[in-house]
Amino acid sequence: MSVDTATVAKIASLARIKVSEAEIEAMVPELNGILAWVEQLGEVDTSQVEPMTAVIPNTLRLRDDVIDADPLTGGDKRDAVLANAPAAEHGFFGVPKVIE
Amino acid sequence: MTDLTELGVAQIRDGVAGGDFTAVELAEAFNANVAAAQEALNAFIIATPEKAVEAAAATDAKRARGEALGKMGGVPIGMKDLFATFDVQTTAASHMLEGFKPQYESTVSQKLWDAGAGMLGKLNLDQFAMGSSNETSYFGNVISPWKRSDGGNAALAPGGSSGGSSAALAARLCPAATGTDTGGSIRQPAAFTGTTGIKPTYGRCSRWGVVAFASSLDQAGPMARSVQDCAIMLEAMAGFDAKDSTSLDLPVPNWEAALSGDMKGKKVGIPKEYRVDGLDDDVAKSWDDGIAWLKDAGAEIVEISLPHTKYALPTYYIIAPAEASSNLARYDGVRYGLRDLPDGANLQDMYAATRAAGFGPEVKRRILIGTYVLSAGFYDAYYTQAQKVRALIAQDFAQAFEQCDVILAPTAPSAAFGLGENVDDPLKMYLNDVFAVPASLAGLPAMSVPAGLNREGLPLGLQVIGKAFDEQGVLNAGLALEQRAQFAAKPEKWW
Repeated sequence: MSVDTATVAKIASLARIKVSEAEIEAMVPELNGILAWVEQLGEVDTSQVEPMTAVIPNTLRLRDDVIDADPLTGGDKRDAVLANAPAAEHGFFGVPKVIE
Repeated sequence: MTDLTELGVAQIRDGVAGGDFTAVELAEAFNANVAAAQEALNAFIIATPEKAVEAAAATDAKRARGEALGKMGGVPIGMKDLFATFDVQTTAASHMLEGFKPQYESTVSQKLWDAGAGMLGKLNLDQFAMGSSNETSYFGNVISPWKRSDGGNAALAPGGSSGGSSAALAARLCPAATGTDTGGSIRQPAAFTGTTGIKPTYGRCSRWGVVAFASSLDQAGPMARSVQDCAIMLEAMAGFDAKDSTSLDLPVPNWEAALSGDMKGKKVGIPKEYRVDGLDDDVAKSWDDGIAWLKDAGAEIVEISLPHTKYALPTYYIIAPAEASSNLARYDGVRYGLRDLPDGANLQDMYAATRAAGFGPEVKRRILIGTYVLSAGFYDAYYTQAQKVRALIAQDFAQAFEQCDVILAPTAPSAAFGLGENVDDPLKMYLNDVFAVPASLAGLPAMSVPAGLNREGLPLGLQVIGKAFDEQGVLNAGLALEQRAQFAAKPEKWW
């Protein structure tokens, strides 16, 4: 499988990265080079193999159902959460107007 | 009086505890080296000399009160700028996070401060840890302190992504540094700079507060100038953390106390697939040296086979970008980091403009590859197939470890290359991690120790890969190599 300019434009749009036509032109051969190389995995017979889900066997834990069990990740952290926001307004994240 | 900046972790810890020097005078000596080298080496994104002195003063005060100083008491370290540090800029070497000051501390860095370490500064790296030469940082290349012995003056790569860490260690700007390893990012830079680093078993060190690249692979570890120093620092960094769902709920062994270079009764596997056609002569020779050293230490050498080795890199370059594209979706210009809001832009335009401005070319390349391999219609052919091959790679190791205790291999296929030599060809750059990536895909502990110098006078590293949870076996084999390699070379100071 290989990508063309339309496909790269579509991927970039899915990834929410603005790219110019010149950038797309440059990326097509680069991405095709990488994709052609990774496609050698197709030659491995994996019909009897389950895909890996955890590299080291582990069980998912549930935390205790306690409010603010870890004060660092509990509630009442509005100002800390907003401290690095590019546009915090009135205790909220500010974004451009969204009206359909 | 000895130059304090030549000392390692154990010597500093013992020297401070024994009153040979104060932690503050030691921190100031390293602060001076950091400042003097910054322009030439660019190893740090920001220096925090006041933090180093503050922690050192606290250690000296504790000593005066007769209190215990901690595993890393009085040791100033460099912190890779991928670890969130409270109120101190944390960038992942990206424009996206320039100016970001976390309101929390990563678990690993907190553990190090709790153990008595202090922070000299935030170390440069490849942007979002994506790179093998530290040439993708938004804050400029890190320059290796090493030079080829041919009389030329070519600037060399310190390796990557932990290139600031490795360069700072080799140049004596710090006695130890944190690193992170997704596909070789601790081991390859260590090999390039004649330093030592270990990536522990996946889950040993908490990922909480570490800027995410590929979550099923990312693992923090120590970098230093000796195996013992790595053991000490790993003890301080490791441990269960409820805030990381993949954290291992296991006690942290006392690796330092159990260090032993005696390999009697141990079997060392030599993977035949790693002896690739066209392997660099000096790399092959250092590998043979390593085999002889471990034999001398009492080990039995056995040939093993890891049949899916050649598929490790392509597997990695599907899985890592796929996870990266998902992880880096969080950078949206809304909650933290850069925002680029062109005139009249709507929310979607803002996302796209922000991400175009905030990510460098290699990061964009990997996000696009990741987005493509996860997209509808391609997911099974690429991502599911890669996860299946990954299972086979892990199975290769499991079978090999039925015949041996540890595996010995080169860390990287060459010594350090020149800056700019590999930047035009992403695939060529990716090949640097050919020996490092398989252990990452299998989540295994692996370490690089210096083996010697090549014909150009540049360091080469040897890699020890161990069974899951057997950091002790890896450290011990590393120690056996270190005791015999007697590596004492250091870069001649030009900066």
